[in-house]
Amino acid sequence: MSVGPAAGAAPRYANPYVAGAGLGLVLLGAFCVMGHGIGASGASAQVVAAGVDAVAPVHAQGNAYLRDYVDAGNPLRSWIVFEVAGILIGGFASAALAGRLRWDVERGPRAGRRTRLAHAVLGGGLMGFASRLARGCTSGQALTGGALLSVGSWIFMMALFATAFAVARLVRREWT
Amino acid sequence: MILPLYPAGAFGETASLAVAVVTGIGFGIALERAGLGSSRKVAAQFYGTDFAVIRVMFTAIVTAMLGVFALAKLGVLDLAAVSVPDTWLLPQLVGGIVFGVGLIVGGLCPGTSCVAAAAGHLDGVALIAGMLAGSLAFAEAFPWLARFYEATPKGRYTLPDLLGLPGGAVAGIVTLAACACFVALRRYEKSAAAG
Repeated sequence: MSVGPAAGAAPRYANPYVAGAGLGLVLLGAFCVMGHGIGASGASAQVVAAGVDAVAPVHAQGNAYLRDYVDAGNPLRSWIVFEVAGILIGGFASAALAGRLRWDVERGPRAGRRTRLAHAVLGGGLMGFASRLARGCTSGQALTGGALLSVGSWIFMMALFATAFAVARLVRREWT
Repeated sequence: MILPLYPAGAFGETASLAVAVVTGIGFGIALERAGLGSSRKVAAQFYGTDFAVIRVMFTAIVTAMLGVFALAKLGVLDLAAVSVPDTWLLPQLVGGIVFGVGLIVGGLCPGTSCVAAAAGHLDGVALIAGMLAGSLAFAEAFPWLARFYEATPKGRYTLPDLLGLPGGAVAGIVTLAACACFVALRRYEKSAAAG
């Protein structure tokens, strides 16, 4: 899988400043219409709360973190879950229109498929945990709180970029 | 002040879910068009070969920030009715550090993993599975984590509060810093291409 333009390949990606301005207008729209920003990781907490409540409702009630989600009503009928459903729809439609739909495992030239999938699960696990601790991810904290100048969001954003740059050399084999 | 609409009761909860889907569609399109559904493109940030993530994120932050402050200044948007993510200093610092490790190991963030998965990239699907497991692990560990999770609460605490400056001034500083960052990235790319 190539990155960027190549002869006969899918159309090249948009200018990052244009795409960024578009993303910023979506975020501004959420502020103006809903009075809050956008998110992503929160949906995984909603899905986990719904799942535990369905499989082991007593256990969900006994967990102070999950109980708050369950007691607020059906965790799947929440703004963030519908918004993430929209991300899936928008991402699929945009990739389809650009001719970029394909079944594959994106990975560096030296990484095997199974290694890459294992790393994706591990990285996802760390981010799932970390975004609950930080009460948001790159969407709910860095973008939303960043635009609203929240101190905690800027701390989160600076910490994640600094750490990713520092740790990148240790996982160079995965990507380069 | 006519904005934000929902807190003022302009429409109901069911309609808000439709707004959620539309917002997500816009979000997904922007991320996909920028190429951020590609884990290699996201990871390339951290090896200095492609800075799309930083450009997209800071352009989006500056665009939304300037919009919010301009509309508030014009009296159209009630900033007090917009919910600012509350600050908990230590949990968000540690969360950011752990998240950074996850980002370079996983190659996508929670939002972009949805775009990757929707476009057929199975690493995005695997990352979402990991996200669910990590969220569950946090919930199960919550009895031990609760004290740290609630530590160093600062409430609604913004950079203007911290610096003692008006919001518009801080917005100006952030905009200049983002522009300086974009110029520096361009210079770095030129020197890397020449070298």
